[in-house]
Amino acid sequence: MQYQSKIWVYGGLVLFFLWNRDINKRVNSTKVKELIILIMEVIAQFMNGLNLGSIYALIALGYTMVYGIAKMLNFAHGDIIMVGAYTLSIAMSFLSLPAPVAIFISMAVCALLGIVIERIAYKPLRMSSPLAVLITAIGVSYFLQSVALLIFGSQQRKVESAVNLPSLLIGGVEITGEAMVTLGVTIFIMAALTSFMKYTKTGMAMLAVAEDKGAAQLMGINVNKTISVTFGIGSALAAVAGVLLTSSYGFVGPYTGSMPGIKAFVAAVLGGIGSVPGAMVGGLLLGIIESLSKAYISTELADAIVFGVLILVLLVKPTGLLGKKRIDKV
Amino acid sequence: MKKLVVMFLALSLSFTALSGCGSKEADETPQDSGTDVSGEGEKETKTQGVDTASGDGAYKIGGIGPLTGPNASYGLSVKQGAQVAVDEINALGGIQLELLFEDDQADGEKAVSAYNTLMDQEVTAILGAVTSDACIAVTEESQVDGILQVTPSGSAQACTQYDNGFRICFTDPLQGKTMADYIKAQGYESVAVIYDNSSDYSNGIKEAFEEQAGAIGLNVATSESFTSGDVDFKTQLTKVKSSGAQCLFLPVYYAEVAYISEQAKTVGLELPYFGCDGWDGVIAQLNGDTTNIEGAVFLTPFVATSEAENVKKFVETYNQSYNAIPDQFAADGYDGVYAIYQAISACNGDVTNENIIANMQNIEVKGLTGDMTFTKEGEPNKSALVATIENGQYVAK
Repeated sequence: MQYQSKIWVYGGLVLFFLWNRDINKRVNSTKVKELIILIMEVIAQFMNGLNLGSIYALIALGYTMVYGIAKMLNFAHGDIIMVGAYTLSIAMSFLSLPAPVAIFISMAVCALLGIVIERIAYKPLRMSSPLAVLITAIGVSYFLQSVALLIFGSQQRKVESAVNLPSLLIGGVEITGEAMVTLGVTIFIMAALTSFMKYTKTGMAMLAVAEDKGAAQLMGINVNKTISVTFGIGSALAAVAGVLLTSSYGFVGPYTGSMPGIKAFVAAVLGGIGSVPGAMVGGLLLGIIESLSKAYISTELADAIVFGVLILVLLVKPTGLLGKKRIDKV
Repeated sequence: MKKLVVMFLALSLSFTALSGCGSKEADETPQDSGTDVSGEGEKETKTQGVDTASGDGAYKIGGIGPLTGPNASYGLSVKQGAQVAVDEINALGGIQLELLFEDDQADGEKAVSAYNTLMDQEVTAILGAVTSDACIAVTEESQVDGILQVTPSGSAQACTQYDNGFRICFTDPLQGKTMADYIKAQGYESVAVIYDNSSDYSNGIKEAFEEQAGAIGLNVATSESFTSGDVDFKTQLTKVKSSGAQCLFLPVYYAEVAYISEQAKTVGLELPYFGCDGWDGVIAQLNGDTTNIEGAVFLTPFVATSEAENVKKFVETYNQSYNAIPDQFAADGYDGVYAIYQAISACNGDVTNENIIANMQNIEVKGLTGDMTFTKEGEPNKSALVATIENGQYVAK
């Protein structure tokens, strides 16, 4: 009896194995093909996310730097990107300058604009409540948009790509030159910014101002100048973001900077606002989450998912992923 | 009680409007020029000498549309196109028309007050409103008065919800249906759609498109959405690429077409494009560089470069008067005036609101946007014009 059942079991197993192998054989060719296609698509979507994310990260770097040192949210940051993109477009198509010169001009114009905005709009409010400065920043943002609307009209303007690199084709996944350059530039700027803060006099002055404005002033640091430099660098970074943003998407309009600006703000908070590596991590994460949820969950829900992740992170870790804990003196 | 009073007032208003129809309208009251921002006031050849021996007065057509604000170009185009038609008709010497045009800034409330202003001036028919939302607001008033309302370009279904409402342009669902048929007829088996989920226009077309595609056996491989203001379409395009679709249908406005066609190139997607009337303007958006959308086909009511005799003549006259190339809105306005004119003519002197509206179903308008008749529901029966993009030009197909 026992013997017989054993035969049945073994026989069944062998049969099952044969049947299974047969199925595998039949399915293999199409299933594996489908699987490969799916994997390729996921990789392609991941690369899309990385491209989007590195632009967010680049914008977030400027956001987080200004916040970390001047302790204010410069909501006009996104619109400085737009100014940078317009400057690039004018320099390249009207003055027909080569791309590197145009980028440099764009950075210079934005740095100057950032310093002027800080002097006129933010400096008089440095002693008033943070809310007043925040509202002023929103006002500056609308001001820049309206001026662009007046000068350039509501029509989107086509911008030639400032990046002249051929796309890379790796196993069926196309990676554009713009995507590679954006990621490279973002990593480079993050590294440069970190070492600038750590090793240069101005950088250390910035950190000191960030720590305590009053004490920094007592130590002989020119607080006004330091904050001006901060805004200048932050805005020059915005210009670089503008250049790469329009190189990736090809158009600039008066509202080009506002949505990426908001997303980058979220990225900065996600990564821990005030932290430079945090902005990088937050930006890349945000881009990848957005791209993958658009592709595999729902296009309509993509933004909800992005902001949902933000809320979750803030619930668990209120300072953001890489944010430092700050003990406020009472 | 209050409703009764309103009803009574409205009724009496419509009667005064009626009685005004056949009577002499010799008084050339200076029109409200406050809304006229286009500055072409002096160019308009006013219908002088209506007080002819025959005693035939000019019928007033009340236009409503945005002349200021962000959508001003639509209203101005309709107004100018309509004026060209009015001038042509008056030159014929028979029934004389006069165009009054009020600004509504594409806003429902302003459209209703514009409508009331026009009714005070005893207009015979309403040409408008130009935009859908404003048009729907006006229908609520005009159906009470029972006056003929012809919208040149209000494409939302509700613009013609009452018996007195007619339209010149295609509805959104009709565009979707037509394009599904067209794509199938071109021999394509499967199509991908990218649409704007936050726009009624785009949604309306896409839903009708999918329904018709299902009915005629055209496979919709994937349908990807975005929301207004999005600039990154690489995710959707990557999905389209792996869906194996043979062509791409984009029921969106020209600004998004520009983004999508640029990014399609970067993800390595090269499919034939199909679109709707929102594509009008895409060439200017791309600075005339149409290499990415060469050969794209889209539905449009009007192509200014068409070889048709009436279109050529219209483009020439329009260009002389306004120094511009007319767009589809100008053509819609022109055809709207002709529809109203023919409906009035068919009254044979017995011009009442009822007769005009009844005649709308009997007339056949040989318009710039095609030869059309009208159904009882107020929809135009006309063949779709298809334009293609070749060497930086719109070419009628």
